[in-house]
Amino acid sequence: MQEKERGSTLAAPTASAQLRTLPGGTETRISIEGVDFYYGRFQALNDIDLKIQDKRITALIGPSGCGKSTLLRILNRMYDLVPGSRAEGRVMFEGENILTARNLLELRQNIGMVFQKPSLFPMSIRDNVGFALRLHGWKKSRVAEAVERSLKDANLWEEVKDRLDAPGVSLSGGQQQRLSIARCLAVQPKVILMDEPASALDPISTLKIEDLMARLVNDYTIVIVTHNMQQASRVADYTAFMLMNPENRAGELVEFAPTVELFQRPRDRRTEDYITGRFG
Amino acid sequence: MVITTAVALLAPLLVIVIVLLLAGGAQPAIRQFGAQFLVSSAWNPVKQQFGAEPFIYGTLVTSILALAMALPVGVGTAVFLAEPSLPRIRGTIGIGVELLAAIPSVVYGIWGLYVFAPWLLMHLSRPISERFGSVPVLAGPARQTSVLTASIVLAVMILPTLAAISREVVRAVPSGLKENSFALGATWWETIWKVILPAARPGIFGATVLAFGRALGETIAVTMLIGNRPQIQTSLFGPAYTLASVIANEFTEATGTLYPAALIELGLILMLVALVVNLIALLLVRSVAGEGATR
Repeated sequence: MQEKERGSTLAAPTASAQLRTLPGGTETRISIEGVDFYYGRFQALNDIDLKIQDKRITALIGPSGCGKSTLLRILNRMYDLVPGSRAEGRVMFEGENILTARNLLELRQNIGMVFQKPSLFPMSIRDNVGFALRLHGWKKSRVAEAVERSLKDANLWEEVKDRLDAPGVSLSGGQQQRLSIARCLAVQPKVILMDEPASALDPISTLKIEDLMARLVNDYTIVIVTHNMQQASRVADYTAFMLMNPENRAGELVEFAPTVELFQRPRDRRTEDYITGRFG
Repeated sequence: MVITTAVALLAPLLVIVIVLLLAGGAQPAIRQFGAQFLVSSAWNPVKQQFGAEPFIYGTLVTSILALAMALPVGVGTAVFLAEPSLPRIRGTIGIGVELLAAIPSVVYGIWGLYVFAPWLLMHLSRPISERFGSVPVLAGPARQTSVLTASIVLAVMILPTLAAISREVVRAVPSGLKENSFALGATWWETIWKVILPAARPGIFGATVLAFGRALGETIAVTMLIGNRPQIQTSLFGPAYTLASVIANEFTEATGTLYPAALIELGLILMLVALVVNLIALLLVRSVAGEGATR
């Protein structure tokens, strides 16, 4: 497998099957420390420790029900929407514990999220991208600039620049997903969470999203949940393998390592079983 | 196949038959007054002068006012009822709103007449008309049975329709929209106002029109509360008359040929107005929904 040095934006890496080498000493962006999570009485996550590296792609993989999506939704407190859910432990981001953060709006501007389904708002392409900015009361001209920048960053500008006033839902599935990424980029988050961003897309659209991720990671920290191991091995610098504990059905972190290591020399037997297809 | 088609055709046929029969019954009045009937405000059975204008006016004004009052409350209730948090209060309020629909119309009327109307006059209508009487809409003398009294009670009566349908519509909005809005840092209020309600707009519009249709045709409660005077006056605190009320009030005493025919023509107008409103609504909802489907 070809390995390639990352760091120069000029040599924009294509996502295809390249594992980036990992220069040592990168910063931790989000530090997950001893996190337990409960839906009512049911414990969904047990004692998760994970350090998300700055400007790297971290993939969370594992079979259904292992809690990888739950873990992702802890990072921007989306679980607050579920009545009766609570998290314990610490998730440190910029010197603050996310789990006790007061200002959720600021948190969610810093930590953006892209969902499995694009769920575009019932408005134009332009207004979808500018949605959050208009809420913040930005002037029209500034919003217009940010919309263009975000669409360019999301590799969508060329395809939609002539029909920005068309409804967002008039786009194809892959375009819609890139639009939802642009919508997320518009608020200039520091971290982007992606929950199965390509699982509903065809292979070509999927590749486009993966290319986009490889480019975005120059400026953003990305955490992606995926059930597709090939995708994790293609795009992620680090991979965390999670599994449901058969006794109490709580999700646990089995192994966390640079992607190359995890896929080529898994240390845990369960990881090996999973990535070689002997499980799930 | 033939039987089901025949049964399915029965409903539209019935509508046409009713319109035709009404038109037939109204013939003497139509021949006598022609189109003048619609714009004449004379209503004098003794002199055999009949005009529909005050009744059309009263019907539209009370219905529009009722809708204007019930819409914000109904949609607000719907948003609250569709919210997953606060399950206990939500259940209680939901049942309460639906029970409003179970109260018979005549009970609304008698409550409005003996309890609400005096209260409204004492605490709202009279003080306001005395202070701001120079404004035509608020002019006195204020009366217990008035456009305002009828409109408010009518608003309460159409509230369950609005709230129940809007709630289902709001619930049907894909949860992904809400999640995405929150994930972008929008507040609960911004999410409701900018995302959920726009997405639910076609359905809420449909609910509004249904409620409007109900308000147009509501008879007994309005008859008891509106004051029953065939006049066009601008004040909220004065009496008026509606199409449905005048029919209900005067049908038993209508003698001769012209008088009943005039009443039947009023019925025809009421029916046509309701048909047109519903038809417009249907077309609008369909065009909005169709747009949503192709998007």
